[in-house]
Amino acid sequence: MSGPFLELKNLKISFPTDDGVVHSVDGLSFSLERGKTLGIVGESGSGKSVTSLGILGLHNKRNADVSGEIWLDGDELIRAEPERVRKLRGNKMAMIFQDPLSSMHPYYSVGHQIVEAYRVHHNVSKKVARKHAIDMLGKVGIPQPDRRVDDYPHQFSGGMRQRAMIAMALVNDPQLLIADEPTTALDVTVQAQILDLMHKLQEEFNSALIIITHDLGVVAELADDVLVMYGGKCIEYGTASTIFERPEHPYTWGLLGSMPRIDRPNLDRLVPIPGLPPSLINLPSGCAFHPRCAYEPRTAGLGKTVAPELVPAGGSKHLVRCHLPTEERQRIWLEEVKPKLEAQ
Amino acid sequence: MSSEHNVVTKSDKGAPLLSVQGLEKHFPITKGLLRRQVGAVRAVDGISFDVFKGETLGLVGESGCGKTTTGRLITRLIEPSGGEINFDGRNIAHLRQGQLRPLRKDMQMIFQDPFSSLNPRHTVGTIVGAPFRIQNVKTENGTKRAVQDLLKLVGLSPEHYNRYPHEFSGGQRQRIGIARTLALRPKLIVADEPVSALDVSIQAQVVNLLDDLQNEFDLTYVFIAHDLSVVRHISDRVAVMYLGKVVEIADRDTLYASPRHPYTVALMSAVPVPDPSRRDKAQRSRVLLQGDVPSPINPPSGCRFRTRCWKAQDICATQEPPLIARDGDPASHQTACHFPVVEGEDVAGRSPAGATA
Repeated sequence: MSGPFLELKNLKISFPTDDGVVHSVDGLSFSLERGKTLGIVGESGSGKSVTSLGILGLHNKRNADVSGEIWLDGDELIRAEPERVRKLRGNKMAMIFQDPLSSMHPYYSVGHQIVEAYRVHHNVSKKVARKHAIDMLGKVGIPQPDRRVDDYPHQFSGGMRQRAMIAMALVNDPQLLIADEPTTALDVTVQAQILDLMHKLQEEFNSALIIITHDLGVVAELADDVLVMYGGKCIEYGTASTIFERPEHPYTWGLLGSMPRIDRPNLDRLVPIPGLPPSLINLPSGCAFHPRCAYEPRTAGLGKTVAPELVPAGGSKHLVRCHLPTEERQRIWLEEVKPKLEAQ
Repeated sequence: MSSEHNVVTKSDKGAPLLSVQGLEKHFPITKGLLRRQVGAVRAVDGISFDVFKGETLGLVGESGCGKTTTGRLITRLIEPSGGEINFDGRNIAHLRQGQLRPLRKDMQMIFQDPFSSLNPRHTVGTIVGAPFRIQNVKTENGTKRAVQDLLKLVGLSPEHYNRYPHEFSGGQRQRIGIARTLALRPKLIVADEPVSALDVSIQAQVVNLLDDLQNEFDLTYVFIAHDLSVVRHISDRVAVMYLGKVVEIADRDTLYASPRHPYTVALMSAVPVPDPSRRDKAQRSRVLLQGDVPSPINPPSGCRFRTRCWKAQDICATQEPPLIARDGDPASHQTACHFPVVEGEDVAGRSPAGATA
C-alpha cells in the first residue's frame, strides 16, 4: 500500500440554507497513519464534528455539498457507492459519539445493539456474536459483562455507557476510530478512566485515532499530532509538542491563554480572546480570525483583505495559516505571549 | 483574583456573611397510591461551612455530589430538611416565601444554562429590569436607564435593550444573566456552573468579568463548578464535596498544593494537563478510581468514600470521620478522613484494596 492510511485532500462540506450557504469545512487536508492519534481542536462551530461525520459519510447528500477526496487505505470515499461506504462504516472505521445516552437506542439492551453491529459485518450466529459482545464489554472494563449485557442503556451510569459505546465502536476491530468529544459529558475521574482505556485499546488494536475536542488537556494527553480549526479551516497543524510549546498562530495562543492551568502558578487574570467566533455563513473577509486578532495591525492591511495560505512554519510538520512572517510569530510567542501565560 | 485582594479579605474576616451549619436535604422517595415514603435521596447530608464577606468559596465535586442542591438551599430556592443557614446574622432555613422576598435583594443566583435561564418571550430589557419591578425598587433615572447601565457594565451594548435572548450567543446570554443578577447589588451571589456551557475563549471572558465585578462591588461568591482549574483560578477557599458531604475544605493554595483527603488527591490527579511533555509523568502519577459514585439513597456506612478508597481500613466502615484540622494542618484546612494523605506519599496507580468492582 502506498500513501498514508487515511488522507483527506481539500475536503469541503457546505450546507445550503435559507439564510445562505454554511461553509462548515473549507478545504481541509491531513493524513494519519495507523497507531497514531490526531487531535482536532476548535470551538463550537469550527467544523470539527462536521469533518468527522464527513469521513464516515454520514452527511445526507441531498442537503450537504461534499467535495474533495477522502482516502482510507486505498479507497476513495466521497465518490464511492453508498453501499461500499456502508460496508466500511462500523467495520473498518467507527465512531464514538459525545453523548452516550442519546446515541444508544433506549428500547434495546446494550448487548442487542452490540450484537447487531457485529452481525451486520460478520456472518455468524446470534450466539457467537453475543459471546463476542460479552468479551468486548469485559475488555472495556464493565464488571460482570455476562450479566450487564442484557441491561438497557438507562441502567448504566454515564461512564459505563461511554464504555459500552466504546465497546460497540470497537466490536468489529476498526482500523480507524473517530471519537467526537468522548469525555465531555463525563466527570474528571471517569474521564481519566476513559482516556486511559482508549489509550490502551489503541495500542492493542493499533488503530488510527482521531480525537475531536475543545479541551486542550485531553489533546495533550492523547494526541501525537494536533490540528487547530477555526471558521472551517485548519489554521495550525503540528506535533503535539510543537503546538503546545512553540505555537505560531495567534488563535492558538488565545486558546492557551484562555485556560486556567492546574499545573502552573495561578494567573491574576486569564488572557481571553476578545469577540465572538464567526458565523460560518458570513465569514469575515481576509483572514477569518482578523477581527479578534491583536496582531492584525502588524500585517499592513493584509489580514483584512487577503485570506492567508497554510504554509510551513518553525516546527517539524508544522503548518500555520497566518500573514505574519515565521520569525515575527516566533518572536511574538517567545517575547510577548509566553511570558504572560507563565507569569504569576 | 489579585493577591492584593486576598490580603484584604483575610485581614478583615469578622463574622461570616453566610454560615451553614449541619445543612441537610433529603428528597423523599414515595411509592404506591398513598405515596408512602419508602426512602430518601440524601442529596446534602450534614454540611457546615462559612463564607466571609468579599471572598469566593469554590464548591467542587462530581455530578451527584450535592453541590447544586447546596447552592439552591443557600439561596432558599428549596427548603432544607435540617440544619441552619445563617445569612447576615439571621437563620433563613425555614422562612416563608413572603419573608424571603426582601432577602432576595441580597442574594442572587447565576445559573448554568444560559439557554433555559432566560425567558425567550421577554426582551433583554424586561429580563434585566425584572428585579427592579418585582422588588419595587425606584431608580434615579428610571428603570430603562438602570438596565442600560447594567448592560454596559457586563460588556453588552445598551442598544441590546429591545432584543430577545435568541439573538445572542451563549456567552452573551450568560452576560445578560449576570446583569440581571447584579441589578439589585446583592451581597452574595451563588454561581452554579456559570461557565461550563461556554466555549473556552468565551469562558475566559466571563471568568474575568466575574473577577472585575467582585473587585468593583465587593461581592461575595459561592462558585459551584466541576472544573478544578477554573475553581482554582477564581476561589479564595475551596470545599470539596463527595456524596452529600464536604470531605475537605481549605485555602485555595493549601488545598491545591497539599490535598489531604484521598478523594481530593484522586480528583486533582485526574485533571488532564495541557502539556504533552508531562504526559507520561501525568499518567504514571494518576490515581485511577475504580467504579462509580455510590447511590445517595443508600450511602456506604462510615466514610462515604471508603468503597473507592485505597487507604480504607475497618474503622472507615464503622466510624464517620469528622471534618477537622488534621495533624500539622492549620485550623483553616479541615479534612474528613481517618488516614489523610501525607506529602510525598506514593499514591500513583492506586485502586481500592478489596475492589470486586
